[in-house]
Amino acid sequence: MSKKVDTSLPAKNPLSFQLDLSKWEKASTTEKEQQIVERESVTFFRDGMRRLWKNKVAITCAFLLIVIILAVIIIPMVYPYSYDQQLSVAKRGQIPDATYNELGPMEYSKTELKKIENGEKVFPHILGTDSLGRDYFIRVVYGTRISLSVGLFASIIVLIIGTLYGSISGYFGGKVDLIMMRFVDIIYSLPDMLMVVLFSVVFNRTLEPLIEGTFLSKLGTGMISIFIVFALLYWVSMARLIRGQILTIKQQEFILTAKALGAKPARIIRKHLLPNCISVIVISTALQIPNAIFTESFLSFLGLGVSIPMPSLGSLANDNLSYIYSDVYRLMVPALTICVIVLSLNLFGDGLRDAFDPKQKK
Amino acid sequence: MSDENKYLLEVRDLKQHFNISSGLFSSKKLKAVDGVSFAIKEGETLGLVGESGCGKTTVGRSILHLYEPTSGEVYYDGQLIKGKKAVNEMRKKVQMVFQDPYSSLDPRMTVADIIGEPLDIHKLYKTKAERDERIKELLKTVGLNTEHASRYAHEFSGGQRQRIGIARALAVNPKCIICDEPVSALDVSIQAQIINMFEELQDSLGLTYLFIAHDLLVVKHISDRIAVMYLGHIVEMGPANEIYNHPTHPYSISLLSAVPIPDPDYAKSHKRIVLEGDVPSPLNMPSGCPFRTRCPRATEQCAQELPPLKEIAPDHFCACWNL
Repeated sequence: MSKKVDTSLPAKNPLSFQLDLSKWEKASTTEKEQQIVERESVTFFRDGMRRLWKNKVAITCAFLLIVIILAVIIIPMVYPYSYDQQLSVAKRGQIPDATYNELGPMEYSKTELKKIENGEKVFPHILGTDSLGRDYFIRVVYGTRISLSVGLFASIIVLIIGTLYGSISGYFGGKVDLIMMRFVDIIYSLPDMLMVVLFSVVFNRTLEPLIEGTFLSKLGTGMISIFIVFALLYWVSMARLIRGQILTIKQQEFILTAKALGAKPARIIRKHLLPNCISVIVISTALQIPNAIFTESFLSFLGLGVSIPMPSLGSLANDNLSYIYSDVYRLMVPALTICVIVLSLNLFGDGLRDAFDPKQKK
Repeated sequence: MSDENKYLLEVRDLKQHFNISSGLFSSKKLKAVDGVSFAIKEGETLGLVGESGCGKTTVGRSILHLYEPTSGEVYYDGQLIKGKKAVNEMRKKVQMVFQDPYSSLDPRMTVADIIGEPLDIHKLYKTKAERDERIKELLKTVGLNTEHASRYAHEFSGGQRQRIGIARALAVNPKCIICDEPVSALDVSIQAQIINMFEELQDSLGLTYLFIAHDLLVVKHISDRIAVMYLGHIVEMGPANEIYNHPTHPYSISLLSAVPIPDPDYAKSHKRIVLEGDVPSPLNMPSGCPFRTRCPRATEQCAQELPPLKEIAPDHFCACWNL
């Protein structure tokens, strides 16, 4: 038995802003249900992509990188000349033509001019040829391909070793951490460029008999020694970074919860710790690639990198250093390519960091 | 359930000391828990109360061997828990609900993965469909929508998150749940919902709780028995009503006098006992009774000997020399 409650309001003062309740009606249940809007589930990844998309510089760089990557994959497939084909050296039964050597951009050799006169179509040498009669454009493209893949694989090596080492050190902590990190400190304190040069020289010599006849010999000792150098020296900063991240995440209660559920250390690292520092891992890998490319170019420039006839941007720059007073473009093309790749990777990496790790943003 | 007085979980003289380095080679001992003994019957709720930093949480974590206890024994169902295998077995039977619903759920996991994790760890399902079925069932048990399974933890409110935490604890079909201040991070209205849910779950699943909290009213509401802790020691333990209406230890008396009373007229007549001084540091514990530095009844004897838990009434224990 409910008393009737008087819900009507006192008489409205003409000057007041009091609402007239009679003009309102109650929402029905269906109307109320319509108001419940289920928000779309926003994942961490999508949220990051949205922020990345807003960063025009990073997107431009990403676009540029995609163009470069596609170019180095597709161009060698369709281009009529190969990177190690010496056009001036004649095939059997033909007359060697020395005019193939050192052609300028879009110039033709005598043989080719004759062919054009005969009405044949000849693909132009876009950047001319080098002193051995090899098409320069395809060498630059191929060199870029080598440099990019060295950068990528070296970063993957760094990623794997650094993540494993850092996560083990960070998770177990205490004495394990102390010993493991002192070892990192020792490597960190070595002058890295000196060590890189030293290692490359040593490995270049010692690896040669080891890889003879295997598919690795095709890659060349230079490439392999670059990878080994990265595996030995460059993982330390990654390991430190991961360890630091893991140390902070480890303190959170959900790690304790996982332990209480009976999870083993490997599972905790794999399922909880690493997914929570994935942004740091991705970002530092993206920033590691230009670093690796730069080191590779530097070593190749010194003649310690990839082996002849394989070109890399660094060795191309070195080969064409003598043209600095006559045909500057020969030096500029590989040098600028390095600049563009390294710069856009760096800017893209920065963009990734800003998008996926907003805490680090300045 | 055959034996009414069977203890499901028993803790004997549990000590948990942490080494705090205070220099390059010297280290101090932090005595977080210093000789705690209690036992919980099957289907019972033991409330553990005490102020912040008295070692309540550490007791809960030491039982599950999240911290390896310095000394003392934990028995589950009459079995001594020792060694990795026994600990792992116990973790299927004794689960924990954590205090902070925000940091106790992995932000990179969906609700289904969070609840499914204990199932994955202990391999409690054969097919994936079975796992999904169990997750749905658990979500329903704690009053969540099954469509929420594919969402991430940050999309939920505090109360919902705590429900997810409870569902995770229930996934392995535990017999005992250690609730480590499960409601102290929630709004009062949500607290009531969660507390009621704990009670319903106890009735339907026959659970045993060790309920750790600092809110006395909550503890009184849910517990059959209450244990009061001070500086790593249990100072008083007994049936909930008995402790609440007739506290005997001077610390319990002052603790209960601090409970806010909703009736203002009664509150006026009620005198609050305010203790003097601060809680001593657990790094530097007083000799004898830990409470003697602030106790109005302290005597010579208190400084020399630690008072044992004496039975002063049936099932009501108190550790004090001067009763």
